[in-house]
Amino acid sequence: MIPEIGHFALILALCVATIQGTLPLLGAASGNASLMAVAKPAARGQFLLVLIAFCCLGAAFAVNDFSVLYVAANANSKLPLHYRLAAIWGAHEGSLLLWTFILCLWMVAVTLFSRHLPEAMRARILGVMGLVSFGFLLFMLTVSNPFLRLIPAAPDGRDLNPLLQDPGMVIHPPMLYMGYVGFSVAFAFAIAALLGGNLDAAWARWSRPWTTVAWCFLTVGIAMGSGWAYYELGWGGWWFWDPVENASFMPWLAGTALIHSLAVTDKRGGFKVWTVLLAILAFSLSLLGTFLVRSGVLTSVHAFATDPKRGLFILAFLAVVIGGSLLLYAWRAPRVGLGGGFDPVSRESMLLANNVLLVVAMGSVLLGTLYPLFLDALGLGKISVGPPYFDTVFVPLMTPAIFLMGLGPIAQWKKADLPALAVRLRWAFGVSFGTAVLLPFVLGKWTPLLSLGLLLALWVVTTAVVNVRERVTHLTGDSLMTKLAAVPRAYWGMQLAHCGIAVLIVGVTMVKGFEVEQDVRMNIGDTTTIGGYTFKFDSIQDLMGPNYTAARGTFHVTKNGGDVTTLYPEKRFYMVQNQTMTEAAIDSGLVRDLYVSLGEPLQGGAWSVRLYHKPFIDWIWGGCLIMAIGGVLAISDRRYRLGWRREQAAAA
Amino acid sequence: MTPRKKRFSLIGLGLAGLGIAVALVLNAFQSNLVFFFTPTQVVNGEVPRDRSFRIGGMVEAGTLARDSDGLTVHFVVSDTVKRVPVVYKGILPDLFKEGKGAVAQGRLGQDGTFIASEVLAKHDENYMPPEAAEAIAKAKAAGQQSSKTLVVTP
Repeated sequence: MIPEIGHFALILALCVATIQGTLPLLGAASGNASLMAVAKPAARGQFLLVLIAFCCLGAAFAVNDFSVLYVAANANSKLPLHYRLAAIWGAHEGSLLLWTFILCLWMVAVTLFSRHLPEAMRARILGVMGLVSFGFLLFMLTVSNPFLRLIPAAPDGRDLNPLLQDPGMVIHPPMLYMGYVGFSVAFAFAIAALLGGNLDAAWARWSRPWTTVAWCFLTVGIAMGSGWAYYELGWGGWWFWDPVENASFMPWLAGTALIHSLAVTDKRGGFKVWTVLLAILAFSLSLLGTFLVRSGVLTSVHAFATDPKRGLFILAFLAVVIGGSLLLYAWRAPRVGLGGGFDPVSRESMLLANNVLLVVAMGSVLLGTLYPLFLDALGLGKISVGPPYFDTVFVPLMTPAIFLMGLGPIAQWKKADLPALAVRLRWAFGVSFGTAVLLPFVLGKWTPLLSLGLLLALWVVTTAVVNVRERVTHLTGDSLMTKLAAVPRAYWGMQLAHCGIAVLIVGVTMVKGFEVEQDVRMNIGDTTTIGGYTFKFDSIQDLMGPNYTAARGTFHVTKNGGDVTTLYPEKRFYMVQNQTMTEAAIDSGLVRDLYVSLGEPLQGGAWSVRLYHKPFIDWIWGGCLIMAIGGVLAISDRRYRLGWRREQAAAA
Repeated sequence: MTPRKKRFSLIGLGLAGLGIAVALVLNAFQSNLVFFFTPTQVVNGEVPRDRSFRIGGMVEAGTLARDSDGLTVHFVVSDTVKRVPVVYKGILPDLFKEGKGAVAQGRLGQDGTFIASEVLAKHDENYMPPEAAEAIAKAKAAGQQSSKTLVVTP
């Protein structure tokens, strides 16, 4: 009964989405206020319906209703409850439901925080989001229904893929989807602006916080995925340039470009057409990412379904959304206008250069991800594009981008003076250059990449310090504290996010430069030393889990004779899926991680064991977190709230 | 400089930069493509000697052997028609099993042994890497074809 209620709620949601996607847009085009007023209740109603559907699927998992095909395929009566609930998005159908649910969440957020928007604008935004939601609901109801019955019911379920039975599964997909789907708001703003033909600084100011929130979620989501892969896959990598990762990285690159382009549109009224194009691009890539990962085009842990009907629907949907919005763009963009002019050396030109670099980087990832798929689809052979390609491309593309990241915030708008900039930044450059050249020698090894990485990280931090110092000295105030408090939060947010990049670069550079990885054969009682740490293999014993059996090793780690920690890596065997899994044991620290994972049992009670010493690896995820915090700080700025209040007062 | 000239120089600079970036990307792309070959192609000598590539197929049952160091493994990858011996030093992925599909990346040694730098076996017990599945399908198709023809080409 419950699955049928969910199914029925989805059908009703589709009807509501149809109304939401048509009437408000018609109303906005004809100036009919009563039609426009439909948008808000429709969006909220749709949210309620999808929420019901979502809860119904959750209930089916909670009570182990194996007469629902999706539940039977992705859960098992022995699976703990929190993983059964996370299994809602464990495969294709459910993750589409999650996508739609989050889209509805964003729609409700728009209805709540859009009182300051003109009626027509709000109607158009909700209308466009309604159309996107219509596409997803139609997809679910026609070819990808999570509520399909399995008759007769299965006695027990096939269980969730053991790789996904991890706390990461509970948080990573919703976070990532919050980011992906969040770009739909920026997209809807852009389409609404194209339809309405007005795209001014106020428009940019409205869409900025939305875009930044989505970007923060995406940043955290990607970082969590990377961290999850690091400890779950059992071989200590944190980024593989796997197509699945690339699919989430492309919208991030486009979204980062969009945030910066929006800043120019907001502050200077420039880059208008470019901003709109980036908004379309970011959301298109989010859609592409969702479908690439979930359609089975890419076969990996993330992809489950391979059904030609689905593929066809997906292609058609992508063609309609991307093609349609680009057509609209070609038709309406000339009306929007280019915006103000600027000098070849100015903050605008630097932001533009950075935007171009980010988009080229995104294009190179797109090429490396899609080219093998195209060749395969056309029957021209199978190839793969390995990590060396992405590494070779990213270093030269990101080096100038990060150099400009330090320069841009210091340069004046409109027209900057290059010699004066050089004078202002000579100390920053001198300090970072000197340190970057010398520090690797102190650490015991010098390579060009090591120095380059440190130089870029230090450059970002030192220029930020120079920038803050200049900003504060120009303010009037009694004490340093009042001066610091007078600096807007958006500014602090930007500097913090930039420093997050610096932290990330330090992490990547140090891991690449100094990590030690060793595969060894170890018997009970054997010791191995890497990176100054001595690992002693103490014992191994059997262990029973709820739905698996395991062998658990005990490793005692010492450094210079002093105790450091004891690590317990496991090798698990999941009965239902007949699958072996490696659970690595990690001791995390500010400046290093120690990583042990069990390989295979060998003759004579020995095991092959992986031992890693990874310096500064946690800085990679720490940097991402700092970036996201910077984003949150930026949107809490008074200027957005003040703008809203002023408009509310004017409306009253 | 007049504003017009300035604008042109800006556009020129931008295009030049973009051109360099694209050239860089395409060059890196060209030199980092990893091609896939079936065991039949490897045995027939259709593979490059100087760059790394991927092979895929079934890990033949009963061929997995380990050196005394516990880390170097030998096995045979086959597409049911031709067999290629593979050697790999390191820990095999969890899903690597005899009788299941696997893909290996590496170079061909002088003696015809494939020296793998990476072994990929993916995430599901019934799952066959698409490359491996295709290699077997191709070999089967080729086998059927040759049995239907009476003319033997030299």
